[in-house]
Amino acid sequence: MLALTSPVQTPFHRLRAGPKLAALAMFTLILFQLDSPAPLAIALAFVAALHLPGGRPFVAHALRLLRPLWPFALILALWHLWTDDLTGGATILLRLTTAVAAANLVTMTTRLSDMIATVERLAAPLARLGLPPRTLALAIALTIRFLPVLSDRLARISESWRARSPRRPGWRILTPATLATLDDADQVAEALRARGGAG
Amino acid sequence: MERSLSHIALFAALIAVLGFVPQITLATGVPITAQSLGIMLCGTVLGAKRGALAVLLFLLLVAIGLPLLSGGRGGLGVFASPTVGFLVGFPVAAFVAGLIVERSTAPIGLAAGFGAFLGGVVTLYAFGIPGMALMLGKTLPEAALLITPYLFGDLIKVGLTGLITHSLARMRPGILMSRN
Repeated sequence: MLALTSPVQTPFHRLRAGPKLAALAMFTLILFQLDSPAPLAIALAFVAALHLPGGRPFVAHALRLLRPLWPFALILALWHLWTDDLTGGATILLRLTTAVAAANLVTMTTRLSDMIATVERLAAPLARLGLPPRTLALAIALTIRFLPVLSDRLARISESWRARSPRRPGWRILTPATLATLDDADQVAEALRARGGAG
Repeated sequence: MERSLSHIALFAALIAVLGFVPQITLATGVPITAQSLGIMLCGTVLGAKRGALAVLLFLLLVAIGLPLLSGGRGGLGVFASPTVGFLVGFPVAAFVAGLIVERSTAPIGLAAGFGAFLGGVVTLYAFGIPGMALMLGKTLPEAALLITPYLFGDLIKVGLTGLITHSLARMRPGILMSRN
């Protein structure tokens, strides 16, 4: 399982994550102030132009990330054709696409390690609420480590179900999967304590 | 401390892994994704606080760029998409489901089912519908109409959450952090 960061190197990969996130927040705020198609079309063209230094594979990756939006585009198109409010529909669709594309661009050009470092820095004030950055980083690492472990566990539970039953494994595999997760969590807790604790 | 941390982290991973499972097709032929079922289970199994934290950790991993939402979606873009209200509602849904199980003295299966309904349907929709109305420029009733196709699947997940939580409690008494 890979992160969504693009392997194609763009100039944006060299920028730090913090300023990119701040710029994205500003840009999105401005987008939601615009409410006519023309300025939003310019904003979309601007975001599209930012993708060009990455070349064709980078643009293809960006378009793939936009694919989950098409059902909403379809609903909006039908709805606004029906109500005969094409300007309103175009405004909403342009704003949505631009906001999502801009956010995806930051995700595609920022390495996971940089994001985690930024999260740790931003979460530093939470230490006063009882969540030290080190504990948060440990939780992130544990979750990522256990994605392949649990994925594999779920596959094996489905396999053994199929070995015993001609029917497809349905929701019934969820109980053993949850139980296995609880058992793993107990063992991880013991292992952490044995190594000096998480605190 | 270690026990809370490991349970929160591993349940965050469980929610993600349940999103990889293509789709669970029920006997009636209705396909449902197991991810929101994972959110409800976080609440009913781990309790309000730990359940909500597990969901928050899961969302954090999505935000920093891991494609863990069902359908392989992820990154910052999903927080600008029409379904953002549901993402915001996820941790609150787990919290409400957990709170009901913690406070109620009803049999565990019933309490979990009721908690999953109040959290995973009532609370979740209370966030999801305004989010969709805002992002798609629609009124609240119009947005509610757009998500009614999901209601049936979500009600099935409520029932399954009750059943699974009940089986867990029966197989291993004392394993539910929400009841200890």
